[in-house]
Amino acid sequence: MRVGLFATCIGDVMFPDAVKATALVISRLGHEVVFPTEQSCCGQMHVNTGYQREAVPLVRTYTDAFADPALDCVVIPSGSCTAAVREHHVRLAERYGDPALADGARRVSTKSYDLAEFLIDLAGVEDVGAFFPHRVTYHASCHSLRFLRVGDRPYRLLQAVADIDLVPLPNREECCGFGGTFSLKNAETSAAMVADKARHVSETAAEYVTAGDASCLMNIGGALARQRAGVRALHLAEILASTRAHPWSPTSAAYTKEFML
Amino acid sequence: MSTFLGMPGHLRGVESFPRAAHRGLTNATQRHNLTHATTTIRDKRAAVVAELDDWQELRAAGSAIKRDVLARLPELLEQFEAAVTARGGIVHWARDAAEAGAIVTDLIRATGETEVLKVKSMATQEIALNEQLAAAGIHAQETDLAELIIQLGHDTPSHILVPAIHRNRAEIRDIFLAGMPGVDPDLSTEPADLAEASRVFLRTQFLRTRVAISGCNFGIAETGTVSVVESEGNGRMCVTLPQTLITVMGIEKLLPTYRDLEVFLQLLPRSSTGERMNPYTSLWTGVTPDDGPQEFHIVLLDNGRTRALADSVGREALKCIRCSACLNVCPVYERAGGHAYGSTYPGPIGAILTPQLTGFESADDPNGSLPFASSLCGRCNEVCPVEIPITDILLELRHRKVTEYPPVPEATMMQTLTQLWSHPRLWNAAAGMVALGRVLGGRDHTITSVPGFLGGWTSVRDVAVPPKQTFRQWFAGSEAQHLLTAARRGAEGEA
Repeated sequence: MRVGLFATCIGDVMFPDAVKATALVISRLGHEVVFPTEQSCCGQMHVNTGYQREAVPLVRTYTDAFADPALDCVVIPSGSCTAAVREHHVRLAERYGDPALADGARRVSTKSYDLAEFLIDLAGVEDVGAFFPHRVTYHASCHSLRFLRVGDRPYRLLQAVADIDLVPLPNREECCGFGGTFSLKNAETSAAMVADKARHVSETAAEYVTAGDASCLMNIGGALARQRAGVRALHLAEILASTRAHPWSPTSAAYTKEFML
Repeated sequence: MSTFLGMPGHLRGVESFPRAAHRGLTNATQRHNLTHATTTIRDKRAAVVAELDDWQELRAAGSAIKRDVLARLPELLEQFEAAVTARGGIVHWARDAAEAGAIVTDLIRATGETEVLKVKSMATQEIALNEQLAAAGIHAQETDLAELIIQLGHDTPSHILVPAIHRNRAEIRDIFLAGMPGVDPDLSTEPADLAEASRVFLRTQFLRTRVAISGCNFGIAETGTVSVVESEGNGRMCVTLPQTLITVMGIEKLLPTYRDLEVFLQLLPRSSTGERMNPYTSLWTGVTPDDGPQEFHIVLLDNGRTRALADSVGREALKCIRCSACLNVCPVYERAGGHAYGSTYPGPIGAILTPQLTGFESADDPNGSLPFASSLCGRCNEVCPVEIPITDILLELRHRKVTEYPPVPEATMMQTLTQLWSHPRLWNAAAGMVALGRVLGGRDHTITSVPGFLGGWTSVRDVAVPPKQTFRQWFAGSEAQHLLTAARRGAEGEA
């Protein structure tokens, strides 16, 4: 397959290692990764903060960047950005854009997939050949769980990882408290939510908490680091990209690692 | 809790949600009470919902019936009025809280009574009926146990179903000792003892009071039947013992036919108390000679409902049957508490219903902060028994708020980001500069404090410095090309 890679704005400029790992996992399965540099942001923050008209140019940018019919699909290493594309792009284009944009958005958004969806449904693999000999707990982000309904796909991918010690997270259905601009507008409520999430993560005695969303991980991992809890937040893609030949560590991987908390 | 700017009511607090939430978040007792109570109820709900194979079909049916009601509301209301009248009831129409209050006040005055009983009712709380009656010299005695706790404690409700959910047994004992006439000074904190104390107190009220006021869960257009669904039986006493019964009903509470109760009496108890069936379901139709109240009035209340009905996205909120399942699963409600919403209707449903009933009056209207009081986690959508798309309506109301009152400087920042993100060259250049932000991290590459509106983030979280290289820079470089090409070749080699 020719796979378009949407890095997401936050992945591109804040968490590039998760996107590198995504590109690597897809490539190892024999697919070609295409990264159109015209891409930017899915518009989720605009829509979630009320700025629907201002999100329309971002829908256009995304749609144009991945319009090439030679791309079999677009893979996004983020549940919430995938949900924004699939749930909002067509609606926004119909309401404040134009019929041509709505048409284009329909074509591109329906071939946009979260990484776990791509691996299981399109690439047809559960075992990507990963090796990660560490204790890990998985946070099912709200958008993956309730909007995309990825179900147990990420969990199946993790279960297939060699030597992983996967432990369930208590209160797994509960939001981590990020919510985009919610975490700024209602900072105290968000702080209370992430405190509980960090506590539940710590209860598992895991070394790493993983998820399919860099934004949730920035929230949970940031709180864990501040509390000196001794647990790191790590994107699902990085675990899947860790192999016996190129085992992942906080400072080294198959790709050049950036600093992480 | 509420301001009375001309119109009576409890639909608007005095401060924004984040400010009001501060008090709830720092009240450890309330936090503990709420976590315990909401966790218990949501586990009970989940268990009884899981028993039904056709739960999703029931939800779809509930939604469809309520949509039908909203689509045919004028016609169904007239049908309801005719049916109630034919059975000896008297129908009154109230555009707002003041009209409803005046109608009820006049009806009570006509009986000559100054004491009335009340069944737990959201609509009468919404219009501040107790306060309106008090101003006219009429005392309204709450008879629902939780409402009684609220009334005796000079408190305000914080939950749709369990108004005193923020109180624990020790607090309730203290409230009874301080405010309940004739209470046993040795009262314990055992639930049975607390219930017995209220039973003894209320029984005397039931036997001597001649007028009662109720709300309404469902009004049947076809038959003119009114129903109240409850757990304690105090409502049953109120709707049967007095001579005069006055019911206040929001106009969206209709169901077209008697048979529609089949759907809603399955949905409501399981969603609200987590029971298969509630203990008391009272249904009455007009007046029955020599049985129950001999005078029955029903006040049909608009109070902003037709305003909500006019909005194609927002009107879905009018399907609400006040079960409170969305409150019990909401992580924001559980931590901030119901008082933070400043309205009779707290939680996710309150965040979408309250602003629609009142509109946004100004840039700083406290109700303008309600649609933002959600992390959009979506649990409310899943438990709603009538499939209200709560997060969609939250987004719609956020859109309406920033359109009517663009916040400064947020709106400008959003427009700037739109420019940046819709011009790939500009974004490419800007992205290339994020590494400059590394200077904020110091020696251990960790950002621990940032000024301004981002400060709330770093008050409880560390942030790693921006990367040396963005993904797009890495992808354009030789490492990426070698690594990905080799990886793909490896896969092809295996194949």
